[in-house]
Amino acid sequence: MDSFFASLISVAFHGLAYGMILYVISVGLSITMGLMGFTNLAHGVFAMAGGYVLVTSLSKFNIPFPLALFLSFSLIALVSVVLEKLLYQRLYGAIELEQVLLTIGIIYIGVACARLTFGTLQQPVVLPEYLRGQFSLLGRDFPAYRVFIICFSSLIIGGLWFGVERTIWGAMVRASVDHGAMAQSIGINTKRLFTITFALGSGMAGLGGALGADIVAIQPTYPLEQLVFFLIVVSVGGLGSLKGPFVAALLIGVTDTACKYWIPELGSFFIYIATIALLLWRPAGLFGKRS
Amino acid sequence: MKFLSFMRLGAVVSALAMAGMAQAQTVKIGFLSSYSGAAAAQGDQLDKGVKLYMKLNGDKLPPGVKVEVITRDDTGPNPDTAKRVAQELIVRDKVNFLTGFVWTPNMAAIAPLTTEAKVPFISMNAAGARIMNNAPYMARVSFTLWQSAYPLGQWAAKKYKKAYTAVSDFAPGHEAEEGFIKGFKEGGGEIVGSVRVPLANPDFVPFMQRIKDAKPDVIFGYNPAGKAASGMMKAYADLDLPKAGIKYIGTGDIVTDEELQGMGDVALGVTTVHHYSAASDRPSNKAFVAAYRKEYGEDHTPGFMAVGAWDAMDAIFYAIREQAGKVDPDKTMELLKKYKSTTSPRGAFSIDPETRDVINPEYLREVRKVNGKLANVEIETIGTAIKDPMKEADKKK
Repeated sequence: MDSFFASLISVAFHGLAYGMILYVISVGLSITMGLMGFTNLAHGVFAMAGGYVLVTSLSKFNIPFPLALFLSFSLIALVSVVLEKLLYQRLYGAIELEQVLLTIGIIYIGVACARLTFGTLQQPVVLPEYLRGQFSLLGRDFPAYRVFIICFSSLIIGGLWFGVERTIWGAMVRASVDHGAMAQSIGINTKRLFTITFALGSGMAGLGGALGADIVAIQPTYPLEQLVFFLIVVSVGGLGSLKGPFVAALLIGVTDTACKYWIPELGSFFIYIATIALLLWRPAGLFGKRS
Repeated sequence: MKFLSFMRLGAVVSALAMAGMAQAQTVKIGFLSSYSGAAAAQGDQLDKGVKLYMKLNGDKLPPGVKVEVITRDDTGPNPDTAKRVAQELIVRDKVNFLTGFVWTPNMAAIAPLTTEAKVPFISMNAAGARIMNNAPYMARVSFTLWQSAYPLGQWAAKKYKKAYTAVSDFAPGHEAEEGFIKGFKEGGGEIVGSVRVPLANPDFVPFMQRIKDAKPDVIFGYNPAGKAASGMMKAYADLDLPKAGIKYIGTGDIVTDEELQGMGDVALGVTTVHHYSAASDRPSNKAFVAAYRKEYGEDHTPGFMAVGAWDAMDAIFYAIREQAGKVDPDKTMELLKKYKSTTSPRGAFSIDPETRDVINPEYLREVRKVNGKLANVEIETIGTAIKDPMKEADKKK
C-alpha cells in the first residue's frame, strides 16, 4: 500500500510536469487560433525556434539560463511580427483552408531550415548546475528541473490568464475577435492589436519550446511531430478559452503518464482514445465557446 | 546541401533518360533511405556512407562499366511509401540492385517485390531477423538483434541477478527482448519485468519510473537509435537511476556513436554489445573514421548505420566486378552468399550462405572518456563470427 501511494505521487508529479509543458507550448496556439481565429498550424515552428535559441545561447554563447529563456521569448516574438506583416496578415478572415495551406507550407520551410542550420540530430540542453539533480520531498526524489517547470509555468499561466481575462487589453482583444468592425468603430486599432497578440502567442510558443527543450527534444521534425499534441490540447480544451486548454493539458499529461506507468501496453494510443471520447461527448471541447 | 545533390542526381537521371542512352554497361542501384520524417537523422547516416563509398571507390569497376545510384526517400517507418518507391525503382528505373532501409517494416514490405521481380536487395540497417526466410533475393550486411542481445544476456547473467527489459514496441524490439531474456535466463538470471515503449513517445520518464520502482540490478534497453536513444538516456539520468544502483546495458543502438556526445556524462559506464564502434582502433576503422571526418567535418562521427551503408555498397561492387558489369540476379545472389569482407570498419565479416544473413564480429563495449570525449570503448571480443542465434534457435525447433 505504501509503495502504491508512493507511485501515485510520482505519477501525479510527472504527469503535472508533462501537462504544464504541453500547456505552455500550446497556449500560444490557443491565443492565435482561439482568440484571433487564425488556424496557425505552424505554431510548432515557433516553439522549435525558441528551443534552438535557448540551446544555442546556452552552448555557444554561454548566456545564463534565465536570460536565454527571455531571449527565446523575445526573439521569436520579434520574428513573428515580421512574418505576421508579410504573410499572416493577408489571410486574417480568409477561409480556414487557405490558412491551413499557408501554415503547412511554413512548417515544411521551417523543418528544412532547421535541418540545414542545425543538422538532423537532436540538440542537447546544457542546464545550469542549480537546475540539475534531484529535489527531495517526503522521502521521494524528484528531478529538480521538472519542479522548476511546474513552478515557473504556474507563474506564466497566472499572468497570462490575468492579462486576457482581467485587463483592458484582454477585453479589447476579445472585442476585436468577436466583432472586428464594431471594435474599430469605437477606436480600437485592431490591426496593431492583432500584431501584438500574434507576437505574444508566438513568443509564448518560443518560451514553451525553450522551457520544454529538455523533455520534448528539439530537432528538425519537431513542428510536425508535436502538432498532434498541440491540436489535441487546444481542441479538447475548447477554442476561445484559456482555462480549457489548461485543464485539457493537465488531464492529458496525468492520464498519459498514469497509463504509461501502470498499463504500458496501452501507452501509445490511450491519449487518442481519450481525445475521441471527449470530443464525442463535447464536440466544442471542455470549455469551448464555439466549435 | 543534401537537397541540392539530390536534385542534381535527379537531373542526371532525367538527362540520361532523355538522351535515350540505355547503356548495357550501366548498373543501376536503387537506394532507399529516410530523408524526411522523424528518422531523417538515421537516414542521413546511410546517405553519408553511400556517398563516401561512391566518392572513394566509385571507379573501382571493370573498364566500360558504370554505376548509377538512384536515391529515393521512404519518409521513415512507412511501409506503404517504401513499397511504392521500390516498385517505381523496379518498374520505371529498372534497377539491378535495391539497397538501403533504416527500418525493418519497410524491408518487410518490399520482400515480396524483390522475389517477384528478382531484384537483389541488401539491407544496410533494417535488422528484423525473419524477413529474409522467404525472400531468396534478400541479403543483409548490418546485424540482427539476437547477435548482440543474446550474448549480452549471457554476459549479464554472470554479473547481475535481476533485470528489467525496456524495448521499443516493434519487431526488432521484440526480438532484442526475446534474445536478451533467453541469454539471461539460461545464465540463471531473473527477469523482474518487461516494458515495451511506443515508437512515437516524447517522454520516457513514466516508463523509467516504473522500472526504478521495481528495483532491478540492471536495465536492458533497445531502441531504434536516434531520438529514442537520447530520450531514454535522459530519463535514466533525470530520475537518477545510477544513484539508485541500477545499471543500464543494451545493444549498441542505445549509445550510438553519433548521438553519444549529446547524452552527457550519465552515459559513462553504460555497457553494450555491438558489431561496430567508431572508437575502435582497428586500422580499417581508423582509416574509415578519418575519411568520414575529412569529408563531412571534424565534429561528425560515423555510426553503425554509416558502416552498414558502406559495407552494402562494397558487397554490391563486389558482385558487379565478379560479373564484369553484366549482372544477373541469380548469379548475384550466389556471389553475395560467398561475400567476405576483410576491410570493413567493423572488422572481418561475411554473409552466411545458408541464410543470406550477416555473420558478425561482436564486441563488449563500455562508454568511457577518451581525450575528453565520450566513446564506446571495445573491452572484449565476444566472438569474431557470430551467426544469428535466433535462426540457429529456430532450426532446433
